[in-house]
Amino acid sequence: MKHIVKIITLLVAVSALWIGLLEMSVVPRSQTWLLPIYFIVSLGCYGLLMVGIGLMHFPTCPQEAVLLQQDIVEAKDFLKQRGVDVGSK
Amino acid sequence: MEDVRPEGGAGDKYSLIVPTYNERLNIALVVYLVFKHLRDVDFEIIIVDDGSPDGTQDVVKQLQQVYGDDRILLRARPRKLGLGTAYSHGLKHASGNFVVIMDADLSHHPKYLPQFIKKQQETGASIVTGTRYVKGGGVHGWNLMRKLTSRGANVLAQTFLWPGVSDLTGSFRLYRKSVLEDLINSCVSKGYVFQMEMIVRASRKGYHIEEVPITFVDRVFGSSKLGGSEIVEYLKGLAYLLVTT
Repeated sequence: MKHIVKIITLLVAVSALWIGLLEMSVVPRSQTWLLPIYFIVSLGCYGLLMVGIGLMHFPTCPQEAVLLQQDIVEAKDFLKQRGVDVGSK
Repeated sequence: MEDVRPEGGAGDKYSLIVPTYNERLNIALVVYLVFKHLRDVDFEIIIVDDGSPDGTQDVVKQLQQVYGDDRILLRARPRKLGLGTAYSHGLKHASGNFVVIMDADLSHHPKYLPQFIKKQQETGASIVTGTRYVKGGGVHGWNLMRKLTSRGANVLAQTFLWPGVSDLTGSFRLYRKSVLEDLINSCVSKGYVFQMEMIVRASRKGYHIEEVPITFVDRVFGSSKLGGSEIVEYLKGLAYLLVTT
């Protein structure tokens, strides 16, 4: 099944639930009308939260830059001895 | 990091496809590091150079003198023809049963190759993809803005695409050769959206995908490729993948 079909099915199910709630008047109607808005706003907040958390915990690796420089020196030495041109770019 | 020394399973050969454009120094460094970290493994390096004006191909020929032209294959093209076609071109000349695609600028460090191989052997996966975004992985050289867009793009993609991998735009991957052929034939996007399309389609097709944390050192400082057009291109790519995969 294509992914978009899954998403649409999900939306249809949620919409059916929402219409059901409207009809049944279990929850006050005025509130029920606003549910889609709440949902979208919540989704947005969730997204922002995930971005923020991800940003805080963004894995970094400064030590790798150092290791890389060592690798580069080692590589240049080896290759220069064997006739490979490792002059500046 | 532990010293991982796999011996490729009997008969396994790894073809490393490295597209290059103006990488005369980096390609030499990459080749040295590959040979350093892949002892006891049967592999070849296929360099697809798009007519670099800086003499990259001359350096490759020198490397062939050092390491042998059976291990280093130069399969050049006349001019810049795009990444997707570079992979196809490299694939045509690949004699291995596994293919690794990687960048030539040392952001993809060859020291992770043994871990990719080991992961594939342990799990029998069809694809092993490097991820920068999990513990054990990481990025260096990105400013806050770059990290923000990367994280934002990732959250969007995870929310709407459910891709099954943590790093969608990464391009340091090991593929079973037949799987890569299938995916390249199924994908039509360009640039980094192409990388996304490949891994999302692979996920949809049910291929077994494993991840290995990798570190990514971006040496191209100051190139925050954050134009409005980049963002638009990404959103268009996302929408395309949402609808067609």
